[in-house]
Amino acid sequence: MSENQKAATRKKIAHVIMWIVLFALFICFIFPFILVIINVFKSKGDITSDPLAIIGAHGFTFKNFPEAMKKMNFLTVFGNSLIITVSATILTIIFSSMTAFVFVRNGRWKLCTIMFSLMIASMVIPFQVLMVPLVSVYGPVLNSRITLILMHVGFSVSMAVFMFHGSIKTNIPLELEEAATIDGCNRWQTYWKIVFPLLKPTIATVGIINAMAYWNDYLLPSLVLKKKALYTIPIATQAFYGTYSTDIGLIMAALVLAMLPILILYVFLQRYIVEGVTSGAVKG
Amino acid sequence: MKQNKLSYKVGQYLMFGGPGTLLFLAVVIVPFVYGLYLTFTSWDGVSATKELVGFQNFADAFTDGDYWWAMLRTVIYSAIAVVLINIVSFALAYLVTQGIKGQNFFRAGFFVPNLIGGIVLGYVWKFVFNRAFVAIFGTTSLLATTEGAMFALIMVSVWQYAGYMMLIYVAGFMSVSKDVQEAAKIDGCTSAQAMRHVTIPLMRSSFVQCIFLSITRCFVVYDVNLSLTNGDPFKSSVMASMHVYNQAFTYKNYGLGQSEAVILFVVCAIVGVTQVLIGKRGEVEA
Repeated sequence: MSENQKAATRKKIAHVIMWIVLFALFICFIFPFILVIINVFKSKGDITSDPLAIIGAHGFTFKNFPEAMKKMNFLTVFGNSLIITVSATILTIIFSSMTAFVFVRNGRWKLCTIMFSLMIASMVIPFQVLMVPLVSVYGPVLNSRITLILMHVGFSVSMAVFMFHGSIKTNIPLELEEAATIDGCNRWQTYWKIVFPLLKPTIATVGIINAMAYWNDYLLPSLVLKKKALYTIPIATQAFYGTYSTDIGLIMAALVLAMLPILILYVFLQRYIVEGVTSGAVKG
Repeated sequence: MKQNKLSYKVGQYLMFGGPGTLLFLAVVIVPFVYGLYLTFTSWDGVSATKELVGFQNFADAFTDGDYWWAMLRTVIYSAIAVVLINIVSFALAYLVTQGIKGQNFFRAGFFVPNLIGGIVLGYVWKFVFNRAFVAIFGTTSLLATTEGAMFALIMVSVWQYAGYMMLIYVAGFMSVSKDVQEAAKIDGCTSAQAMRHVTIPLMRSSFVQCIFLSITRCFVVYDVNLSLTNGDPFKSSVMASMHVYNQAFTYKNYGLGQSEAVILFVVCAIVGVTQVLIGKRGEVEA
């Protein structure tokens, strides 16, 4: 065997070993999810007597789902989460990209530099510092989806403006806008017809990161939405756990219901989500 | 020219930046400033008057033993979790950039915990610790003991964030050009040496970033803390963030809670900024 062949064989063996290690790690990573999934099809008694059995002593059962759905008010809760996430994400994209546009193109105006610096500086403030005053200032308008949506947007603006700022500065040539102006577009038309469509990759990144954050956020929604009819999935899960903590079968079903929507989405949009999160993290 | 008129500038700013700026000021800057004012009052969250008490809240915060225990716990938890998160995620990133079959599948798989909110993850693990591990190992649940609860929190955090940090390290690995690594090997480096002396120094910015992100997230951990341990047993796993929440919203000491939040913010900012400054100083270029 020549040296080259030996090296190739060694590489192959190394790859097999690494694959096995990766696979083992992968199993460890998804072990909690597997466990929840095998237990969701068991009755309460079967889960308690043997949480590890793949099929419970009394066989498969689907009855945890409808009961949990009803008690958790799942359709309403899911609808709330969806409305809040979608509207807040769209508003974040529109408002932040417009703000970033005025910042980049008018970099010499004092108001723009001051406001941009203020936004950058504010990114270090953790939510915990803002929650008490936020609740006391906006006490009268709490318990409304619109309030929560606008608050979500307000908290994401600085980070999103920062990302759009970089993208407009490096990717949109000024000549393009000048050409549009000569052709008779005003600033507003130039922005919507020329600049905004060219921002697609950043829009995707900002959209994905924020949509995930809004969907999963617990602390802010729990402070704003106190009425049961307005609950989002994380708050409803928490409330459900508090009420039915002994009924473990129902809990399993609630957890699966809470995880399912985003996991289904991930199966289809996996590439975009991974790319979006990576470029968002690396730029941020 | 009309471009230089103040009214034109203000008009342009409001047309494009108006809504974004307004919301930003309304939910970040106004509460931040108002929060600083609250630290000087003894407000209970209900009464109409907010009595000014000077620095009393900060004095109380410094003598609030529970708060400093929570803070100490948070520092210990963060220190261990940050180190482990970065070791695990770096190792994962290394393994999934070696051209192994199905590496994209593995990348996607390790990222799954990040898709799901901390509240749900905490309950999933609560089940694993309380039922499955008890059935497998035949011992009492880790969550029932003081050290065990902390250990569980660290473990879940590592599991939760490793996939996310892995993506950043993967981007780091990809950014190190193959040429430099091959040059090192031709010059006689073993793979391990090339990793230690070439790849890792060139990935310094990834390390700075991952460590910064993991520190800032661990310091204000709340969701997982609430759902996994809820501070139990005997309040031995209450982290700083949860303590602040309880101080303000459960015990209605808004002023004191806010002061403690501000102190938490200052500590967190100092740690984060120091780490970035130290990290940036030694950055190298290929």
